[in-house]
Amino acid sequence: MTLSFLPSKNPPPPVFQTTSPVNRVGKGRALPFFPRKRGKWPRERSIGVLRCRGLIVPLLLILAACSAPTPKISPFMDENPPNLSAWGIVTVDDDRLTLGVDAMPYDLNSALYTDAAHKLRVLWMPLGKRAIYREEQALDFPVGTVIAKTFYYPKSNTGVLLNTHDMSADFAGEGLNLNTVRLIETRILVHRQSGWAALPYIWNDAQDDAVLERTGGALPIHLQKDNGDGQDFIYVVPNANQCAGCHAVNATTKAIQPIGPAPRHLNKTYSYPGGSENQLEHLARLGYLSGFESANTAPRNANWRDESASLDRRARAWLDINCGHCHNPVGVADTSALYLDRPEHAYPSGNAGLCKPPVAAGQGTGGYRFDIVPGKAEQSILWYRMASTNPAVMMPELGRSTADDDGVALIADWINAMEGDCY
Amino acid sequence: MNIIRLCVGFTVLALLLASCDNPPAKTPTSPQDTAFQKQLQTQLLDAKSGDVIIIPEGIFHFDRSLSLTVDGVTIRGAGHDKTILSFKGQIAGAEGILVTASDFTIENLAIEDTKGDALKINEGKNIVVRFVRTEWTNGPDVNNGAYGIYPVQTQNVLIEDSIAIGASDAGIYVGQSKDIIMRRNRVEFNVAGLEVENSINADVYDNVATNNTGGILVFNLPNLEQRGYQTRVHDNVVIANNLKNFAHKGAIVASVPAGTGIIISANDNVEIFDNIIKNNKTSNIVISSYFSIGSMNEKGIKESFDPYPEGIFIHDNEFEGGGNAPSLLELKALKLAMFGLKGKLPDIMWDGYINEALPAGTKRLCVQNGAAQVINVDGPGGNKNPSMDQSAYDCTLPPLPEVKL
Repeated sequence: MTLSFLPSKNPPPPVFQTTSPVNRVGKGRALPFFPRKRGKWPRERSIGVLRCRGLIVPLLLILAACSAPTPKISPFMDENPPNLSAWGIVTVDDDRLTLGVDAMPYDLNSALYTDAAHKLRVLWMPLGKRAIYREEQALDFPVGTVIAKTFYYPKSNTGVLLNTHDMSADFAGEGLNLNTVRLIETRILVHRQSGWAALPYIWNDAQDDAVLERTGGALPIHLQKDNGDGQDFIYVVPNANQCAGCHAVNATTKAIQPIGPAPRHLNKTYSYPGGSENQLEHLARLGYLSGFESANTAPRNANWRDESASLDRRARAWLDINCGHCHNPVGVADTSALYLDRPEHAYPSGNAGLCKPPVAAGQGTGGYRFDIVPGKAEQSILWYRMASTNPAVMMPELGRSTADDDGVALIADWINAMEGDCY
Repeated sequence: MNIIRLCVGFTVLALLLASCDNPPAKTPTSPQDTAFQKQLQTQLLDAKSGDVIIIPEGIFHFDRSLSLTVDGVTIRGAGHDKTILSFKGQIAGAEGILVTASDFTIENLAIEDTKGDALKINEGKNIVVRFVRTEWTNGPDVNNGAYGIYPVQTQNVLIEDSIAIGASDAGIYVGQSKDIIMRRNRVEFNVAGLEVENSINADVYDNVATNNTGGILVFNLPNLEQRGYQTRVHDNVVIANNLKNFAHKGAIVASVPAGTGIIISANDNVEIFDNIIKNNKTSNIVISSYFSIGSMNEKGIKESFDPYPEGIFIHDNEFEGGGNAPSLLELKALKLAMFGLKGKLPDIMWDGYINEALPAGTKRLCVQNGAAQVINVDGPGGNKNPSMDQSAYDCTLPPLPEVKL
């Protein structure tokens, strides 16, 4: 566990401190003020003024807090609002990106690489509804659920965007500090009667709202790496169909579903305002999750940056979250017979990649014969395609314009540690 | 300037003049291009079943993939020499157009210069591709996209009257599909012209395959859920597929020797008849096991994979020339030793790998084709004991049924 990633380490700015107790109570289903009754939530919980009464605080604070109530979340079940702010799930309040009422932040043991962007993930479920625990897939969320993933870069005090995995300066309480980060896009997944819909919003230059761009976008980005090197590329925001390209985890049903909020990705500690807690247990304790037993028995992926985990668990965790949504037995990339999902799952080598010839890789072979050649990363198609930025070659096919250098190095170490040969 | 660039896109003088007189509304460098990209992608997002999306005459530029996920949509241009979707300068996306939908028809347009595949259709039923041209306009190049027209895991597929040029893998490639007709297409300057891979019940007829590395391929590849069988290849013109292989090494088609007319690899129940097959300088027809591909190994290939071709029936084709200048060194040597400097290899070449576990009398390869002969090049023995004994091939197999969609 890399505690330095967690928001609690960051001292929230003073402004936030005055309002945060109110937020906490609003979200504080576990607090004694609003004990959870079976199947029913107290109505007051989403009404800002009433919530203030639950705390014994100076009058001034109440007034201050209530003058800028936390936005209530509107799950749009039919229309697609042109502005992100209409959803209320993440909104700009002065120099902060704040979470809406009852929205819960979460993160993942290992996350998808998206051009080194940092991500704020936020989940909201409708009143009184629960998600059903599923061992190997994303939780089965109720209709009305909204998930927002905001992509952003940390920036230097001169405004230069940074390529760094240090998130310590990003947060302001549960939200983001807009003095230290630049917002790029927010992707909404909303569970409607007809199924999940995916909507990409791109943040405006003023950084006060994001605009729906269903056809995606192409944004020139300059990043500065930790070592001072510059990096220029076009950041590509996917179109709404391309969202489905990854999120239709089953290519036959083509049904969109969330990818990250699956037990193996969620099974980790998060630092909530009320204290640290396992994310799955947090959801269950608040009455948001049914069918869940224990975090100890739930699958858990490694954090691939955690060097105390085994090389195999780290590599499989990276491959799972970066490749497994397509490369699974029912996914879009089952055409390749290469399956990279679910680290606990042992596939035969003809599917796992070891000495496996490609099917329709085209230029993607890079001149090599097999997906994985043990001991020889630099002769392995898997490694070659991860390291490439050519759209005809690179994997994943979408969602990045740069290579995940650290991830590529991890997979190289993993392959190089394998023994034997193919012939 | 814009008009000049526009005209470069056209190869026929008459068309060129026509377009200069009436330049299409969209020009390569105008800001309207991104507007059109956005407009077309929006149409694709908003499409409802039954919609016909019309793309007018003109050259339209795209820097990212287009994608369609709605069933029952038709995309229609004004002709494959008039409506041109150009992806030169594409910055993202592994294909030009990606379709993940059923009841899909695309017709009368061209897709040019995509970074990866031109048109990919992944999982869907009732697919029609008609009068579509996919082309890499710079000619054969290892950096061209892999596939021109590429339906995979589809059922009821009709690809007709289309043209595929310059693919660094296969011009028209139907993979892991069922019930397929590929007819009246023209494939040129690809590594593989037409390819049927791990598919069941395919009819390939009235096509012209010329100037590819290999003209028509029927392959089975390992580890996939669906094993392919039952393909008819008939009434095609397969001439002079002698193009130097420009695929990336490691790609399966990189193993196809330049100068191959029709090649069957590890596939079963293939009937090859009534074709005109000429001047393919390695061999007019090659029957191969997966062993000859060069990737066979115990670790990465599932045991359930059958690497041997069986039930191949070759009859009533018209052969001429070919086999006179094989592109593989070992075949060159073999030709020289057996047929002399000016001689030629027989019309049909078999790599000679057989599954010993099958009962005696198993019909692996039957030939009823007049004077055409088979050479067994003794792949298992390192080409040491090639054989011209024809007795094993004097058999027939029942005709395969016509594919009806």
